[in-house]
Amino acid sequence: MTTWNSWLFWPNHVALSVFALAALAMLFLYAARKPMHGVIYSVCTLVSQSMRFVSRWLFLSAENLRVRNQSVLLAHGQESAATVIDREFERVGNMIRKDMQEFPALQRKIMEEATRIEDDYHKCGEVPPPPPEWVDALKSVAKIKSGGDIPRQLLEDINKSIQKIHDKTVAEFRRSYEERHKILKAMQPSWRSVEKLAGEMDKKMLTLQTNAKQIDGQMGKLEDIRAKDNKTEHALTVSAFVQLAISSLVMVIALGGAFINYKLIALPMSEMVGASDYITNNMKTSDVAALVIILMEASMGLFLLESLRITQLFPRIASMDDRMRHRLMIASLVFLIILAAIESSLALMRDMLIADKASLMRDLASAAPAASNGLLTSIPMIGQMVMGFVLPFALAFVAIPFENVVHSLRTVIGVFLVQGMRGLGVVLRFAGLLFKRLAKVLELTYDVTIVVPLMIERWVIGMRAGSTGDTGSMEEKELSKSRRAA
Amino acid sequence: MSKYLTLLIVSFSIVFVSACGDSRIHSHGVYVLVDTSGTYAREMKKASKIINYLLATLNPGDSLAVAKVETRSFTEKDIVAKVTFDKRPSQATAQKRAFKDSVEEFAKGIKGSAYTDITGGLIQGAEYLNETKAGIKTIVIFSDMQEELGKGTIRDFPIKLDGFRIVALNVTKLGTDNADPRLYLDRLARWEARVRKAGATEWVMVNDLESNMESILVTR
Repeated sequence: MTTWNSWLFWPNHVALSVFALAALAMLFLYAARKPMHGVIYSVCTLVSQSMRFVSRWLFLSAENLRVRNQSVLLAHGQESAATVIDREFERVGNMIRKDMQEFPALQRKIMEEATRIEDDYHKCGEVPPPPPEWVDALKSVAKIKSGGDIPRQLLEDINKSIQKIHDKTVAEFRRSYEERHKILKAMQPSWRSVEKLAGEMDKKMLTLQTNAKQIDGQMGKLEDIRAKDNKTEHALTVSAFVQLAISSLVMVIALGGAFINYKLIALPMSEMVGASDYITNNMKTSDVAALVIILMEASMGLFLLESLRITQLFPRIASMDDRMRHRLMIASLVFLIILAAIESSLALMRDMLIADKASLMRDLASAAPAASNGLLTSIPMIGQMVMGFVLPFALAFVAIPFENVVHSLRTVIGVFLVQGMRGLGVVLRFAGLLFKRLAKVLELTYDVTIVVPLMIERWVIGMRAGSTGDTGSMEEKELSKSRRAA
Repeated sequence: MSKYLTLLIVSFSIVFVSACGDSRIHSHGVYVLVDTSGTYAREMKKASKIINYLLATLNPGDSLAVAKVETRSFTEKDIVAKVTFDKRPSQATAQKRAFKDSVEEFAKGIKGSAYTDITGGLIQGAEYLNETKAGIKTIVIFSDMQEELGKGTIRDFPIKLDGFRIVALNVTKLGTDNADPRLYLDRLARWEARVRKAGATEWVMVNDLESNMESILVTR
């Protein structure tokens, strides 16, 4: 109240005092109108321009980042496609090498079969023996015109002989046909063998054709990537998102396995490094040691898969000569087996420690020892030991999803970053626009507070203009001049 | 690159060295004073239960001592059993078994004392626990808290219990307490005021040993 009163010229006449104060303030504001308009305009323009500048920079950076992402994505896609093609070629090469090796033997076999079939065919084509020459003699006898006993006797003899020979010939003919049938029957397996061989060849050719189609598909993809096709880029980006999701899921499952692993060895590790040592306020040394063992297992698994060329996170390992790589692989495998054995023994120790503690608790509680069933009590122990040995190897495979995460995360983060920068750019541009308009709004608001002096000014200017005949808007000109100066 | 590697190794070393140095900060030190005077000596079974509970709860690296409260208790001779558990759980379990046997042996041959020097026991307990350098120090008093000093025993001077937790267990009511409960309440209030004045961080009283035993130790 005292503060308010100190502003009043005449504390007893509040209304009059307020009016006087308002008139004074109005006068002051009117006098400061041009500089204030300049300040408002300058500040708003400064903010607006700065925002526009930052927005433009964000858009440019986003574009640069997009181009960079695109090139990385396409390069990665190209590398993947090239690897697939390489593997397909290798597969086809192996197939061709293997089949080509078999082809001469196959060909020889087919030729042999064909020769045998041809021989058999020729044998089948043998005609039966021609009729004996006595047929002509018979014709000559038949031409004798004068009859008698002698020709009759002769003809009868001939008839008998003919009958005999006919029977013999027919029997011979039948036997011959029987033999040819037998030959034809014997030809059947050869035909089948030839058919089978031809079928095998056909199958191999079909596989080869499928592989060739796959190679064609990959080559097409590679061509698209090289052509920097938008559709391919989009497909690769989507693929990166899918890969990240799948790999993350697998990683989460692997983390679950690692957690169980950790639980298995944390307690027995305290037997090695002590249970009462702490690294930080809440972190036990034994817990950290267990974690280190698990991380070492994961690292060994990573090196193993790297040296097997399943993953390619370390270019130096990938570019090693085969002998060194083989040595590294063996070393990683040996370390992994040792770590798995350690973990298995730790799991056994865990079981023993728990059993010991349970026994102590029974002693302290003066309770009777629990009846033990040998098989039942040893099942969890065996289970823990097996888990302790198997989990490190299972954990080793986490390198594959990890590599996928590393590769796809770059693309995904890049996409989000570009979108974020663009979004921010739009927001800043919009804010800049708002500030640009705000200058006018603030100027008008300022003018509203000094509306009375302004009206008087306009009236005076109008009077002067009326007397001098000047119709131009002096006020507007002055205002725009001051803005330009600002 | 090598610069960063050196920096990393140095940081790790610092963390490890500093961490290893304060490993005792996380350990528990418990000193159990068992009143053996007069009729209270009959409560030894309950005391054994408490000690067994402590043995079950304490971890490797912790310290535990059991001492009797006698006519003059400011002496190491009154410590029945003491142990600082090994860092290895298996060894700690073996030590706990041996400790339990010692306490059982003591409980069998217990003899009632004429006077009750709780203050002397407190000073002795504080001395022992300070030597163990335990992070959390607790003195458990298993007594009716009725101090009776023999002739020539001087205990009316300020004692130092800075950073100690004092837990009074099984504070039984005496015949006179039943007649005038104010005696019991005043006795407890006096002890609380005394230990707090001595610098104790906490004063806990547990009479329901069946369901409130976890109040004896604080969780880490």
